This record gives sequence, C-alpha cells and structure tokens, in this order.
Amino acid sequence: MEIFGFRISDMSSRISPKEVAHVAMLARLSLTDEEAELYASQLSSVLDHASDIESLDIHDLEVTAHPLGLVNRTRSDSVVSGLSQAEALSQAPDEAQGMFSVPPVLGEPS
Amino acid sequence: MANSETNQNDLAVRGESEFLPDGWELICGLEVHTELKTRTKLFCGCANVFGAQANTNVCPTCLGLPGSLPVLNEKALEIAAMIGLALSARVQASIFHRKNYFYPDMPKDFQISQYDIPLNADGHLMLPSGKRIGIERAHVEEDTGKITHLGGTSGRIHGAERALIDYNRSGVPLVEIVSRPDIASPEEAREYVSELRSTLVAIGASDGKMEEGSLRVDANVSVRPIGETPFRTRCEIKNLNSLRSLVRAITFEAHRQVAAYLAGEKVTQQTRHWDESVGRTVALRNKEEAEDYRYFPEPDLVPLRPSEEWIEGLRSQLGELPKERRARLVESLGLTETNDQIETAISVELYPFVRPALAAGLDPKITVARCANELASLAPLDDGFEISWFIELLKMEIEGKVSATQAKSILAEVAKNLIPPRVAQERLGLSQLTDDQLTKTINEAISQNPKEWERFRTGEAQLQGFFVGKIMKATSGKADGKAVVRILLALAEQR
Repeated sequence: MEIFGFRISDMSSRISPKEVAHVAMLARLSLTDEEAELYASQLSSVLDHASDIESLDIHDLEVTAHPLGLVNRTRSDSVVSGLSQAEALSQAPDEAQGMFSVPPVLGEPS
Repeated sequence: MANSETNQNDLAVRGESEFLPDGWELICGLEVHTELKTRTKLFCGCANVFGAQANTNVCPTCLGLPGSLPVLNEKALEIAAMIGLALSARVQASIFHRKNYFYPDMPKDFQISQYDIPLNADGHLMLPSGKRIGIERAHVEEDTGKITHLGGTSGRIHGAERALIDYNRSGVPLVEIVSRPDIASPEEAREYVSELRSTLVAIGASDGKMEEGSLRVDANVSVRPIGETPFRTRCEIKNLNSLRSLVRAITFEAHRQVAAYLAGEKVTQQTRHWDESVGRTVALRNKEEAEDYRYFPEPDLVPLRPSEEWIEGLRSQLGELPKERRARLVESLGLTETNDQIETAISVELYPFVRPALAAGLDPKITVARCANELASLAPLDDGFEISWFIELLKMEIEGKVSATQAKSILAEVAKNLIPPRVAQERLGLSQLTDDQLTKTINEAISQNPKEWERFRTGEAQLQGFFVGKIMKATSGKADGKAVVRILLALAEQR
C-alpha cells in the first residue's frame, strides 16, 4: 500500500527519522532531530494501524477508484461569472498591481 | 516502457545524428503542454482567455478557497480525447490525481493532474520525414498561475524582491503530451514539435501559439556512447519558447553532457533553464522524484470511463489530419514525397482553400502553387475573403481567361478590397482580350518584324518566344500567353 506516495511493503519496517525529515522538507517544515524521532514513532503507529486493514480478506471485492460509484460527471463549457479582482484580493496579506504579492521564491529564475 | 520495435527503429536512425562528437548519440524525449481552446477553465466556469486584466477570471474553485469543488469541463475532456485519437493513442478509463508541491503558482498547493492512468496512452506521431515518434501518454491537467518576479536582481537587495501572482491562468485546461525517447537530433525535435503543433491546430485543440505560452515544450536530454544500451542520466530543459530555442537548447545541452563525460565528470539529474540571450542551459534545481509529489487520487472528481460510442463520435469529428492532407497533395501532384509548397498548402490558414479547389476538380499543380506562393504571401487573410473567390479565379486562370500574371494581380486586389475576382479584374482593367483583338495586335507585330516572322514561319520555333514577348509588351501583359501561341501557330499555317 501507499502512504503519501511512499510504498510501504513491509509493515513491520517502521518509518525512519530520515524519511520523516524528507517528508518534512517537502512540506517545508523544519524539525529538530528530537521531533523527527518523535514523529517517526507516531507515524509508525499510524502505519501499523493501516497494516491492520491490509490483513483483511478482500479478494472478493471489486477494485474501486472512488467510493461514489459515479463516472463521467461533467459540466457544459459555459462561462459563469466569478469574483472581481477586489474580491479575489480581499483576503490577500499583500497585493500589488492587481496581483497577489508574496515573498520571493528561492531557487527559481527571475 | 518503450516497446522493442520502436527502439530498433530508433537505433538505425540514431546512427545518422552527426552533430555530436564521433561515437556519441543523443536521446531525447519531449513533453509538450498545450492549452485547450475551450471557453472556460478545466474545473470551473471562469473564462479561459489570454491577456485579461490580472485576477479577473478567477473564482473560489481556481483560487483553491475552502469549500469549493471542481467539476470537469465536458468540452475539455472531448478535446483531450481527440488529441489522443489524432495521435493514434488508446483512449481509456482514467482517474485524476493530486500532484502536491509548494510553489505559489498553485493556490491549492497541489495541481490536479493524471498520474498512473492517463486518458490517452501508447500513441505515435509520424513525421514528414517518415520517422515514427512514440507517444507514451497524453494526459489532462490544469495550468498554473503566472508569477512575475519583481525587484532587484542583485543579491544585495534580495529583501526588496517580491513575486506577484496572477491566477487567471490557474485552472486553464492543459493536455501534456509525453513522447518516448525516440528523438535522435535537434532537427528531429523541431520536426516533431512542428508536426504536433499542426496536428493540434488542425483538430481545433489549440491555437499553437508558442510565443503566448499556449504551447510549451520541455526537453529531456541525455547522451550515451553509440552501442551502449542503458540510458544515462537525463536533464530536463525548461523555458523553450520557440522552435529556434528548442533546437539551440538541445544542441547545447547534448554537447555539455558529452563534454562532461569526456572530462571524466558525472551528469547530475536536474532541471535546467534555457537562457536564450546567452545560449546556454543553467541548473535550476535537482529534479524531484515522483514520490516527492506525493500523488494521490483526487477525491473530489469521479473516474472517467469513456464509452465506445463517445470515442467514435469524437473520431468522426477529427477531420483531415496534416499527415492525411500531405498524403493527399503528394498523390494529387504525382510526387513521392512532400515539398515546401505542400507543407505551406496544408497549413490551417491555407488548406481550407486547397481542399474545395481539389474537390471541384481543379488542376492540383496550379491550385497548390497559387496557395503556397501567392495566397500565402497575402496571409493573414481577412475573414471576409471568400473561398469561392479563390476557386473562381483559379478557374479563370486554368480556362485561359486570364494569364498567370493577371491572376496574381487579381488575387492581390481581391484580398486587399474583399471583392469577387471578376470585379477586381474590371477594376484593374485586366479584362480578357478577345481573339479578334489579339489577332489584330499579332498582325501588327508581324508587319513590324517581317524577317523574324519569315524565320518563325519556316520552322525556327525558338522565335515563338520573341513574338509572345512583343505581344505581351504591346498589351501590357493583358494577353493570355496560351492564346497568343495558339493564334501565332494558326497564322503561320495560313501564310
């Protein structure tokens, strides 16, 4: 099974502090080593719980991609008016020239 | 992933790529993103238009506000499947995934895309050169917002910089077309994108404007010694805004990698940015692995399960693809391969003139020539320029009612003033001379040049051109050359 894209093949192998640190980096969270240890152990118990589900016999069940059982739900390609610029920007902490203004993004060309 | 048949085919052609140092070959696959020509965005009813005032085509869904839900645009789905059909791909049941990443161009912090089960899989595109480029997949996803970087570029005033975001483009429907690593030279990459763009434009999927960003290309480039089987590390090149950039960037990057290997260095898997002004690629970031995007099924969208009827309905709307147009013209002209005239004549602007002219049984050679030369030089044609006018003028020329020179002048007048060819002909004073009028002019030329006439009459055929020239001059080019020759020959018989 997969948790957040990580393939967990053997539930007895717990998630390592290194994996926690990697996920934290992807989520732009900074963790201390102690926190990484703590979350590794907590996340491992979550995975243990998920492994309980794996132990169920589901070979009779059809594979489903979605719980609703509906397919092909679409809308027609017609324009619906949305928000004005002022409404769109009303929740923005900062704006300039009608645009959302955010701190510079590192590692990208200007 | 690549099937073995494709690979063997490649190896033969790859040997021909000679732009790299001896013994090295390029392995290139392209990812082409095309914005779809819909009225609205992929998952909401906001208008899909280019160039609107910032943040005016936005709503809670494409701004990722809490409580909003995406609903798929029916037209976008149809166009996406038509792209698959045009690329001979399998249109299949598929689902949407969330691609999670942190970058402010997506306000939701994820992009709705397709991951392991795309809408279209396993297609190919045949290039005019005859090379077959495999298509791994063509999947549906939403475009991101546009970021403008503001402020100083020097490190000292980093604090003053801001990134400004316009979400008008956020949620615009895209199809990403991923080729197999079948491209063996920069020129082949150009040919592939060019043919793909013509195909997308021909089926009405895209306007194909690279300069406006509605068609964007990323190139995956690696090199290896010829004869080596496994692929080496590849780099993904972004910011390829034109066919010229594409060719230059792939050439540069392949040489850079070969030079690195020859120097005993390694090539790092990374995303690189093409800088057109200095003509080099620069490292952007080390490539994230698929697992770093933490893909998971989009719970707010239900699966797609296209029916056979639906797919066949779309197939019937495809119309004639560029490869079919090309084949038709090559055959009509009795050729074995395409040429520049044909490539021009099958374009989206000109083919609507070619097709009905051929259907009306007009001479293919004149039709294609007038389209590819004269009509093409008048492009872009006004919407008011009627196809029937072009056909009428072709008929006038083919029936000898106007000369080739006259036909060209009339065509320019028709395009300029949007008037029927007969009206243009009168305005230009190019009304056809009658046989009587022509005979009179010819007789004058004969009496002024009795020696030449005698030589022509007694068999010196090369003097025909002399007399035709005289008549053309006397009539200011209004005479039909064929009619002049006919009358000249008849007079020579009589005397």
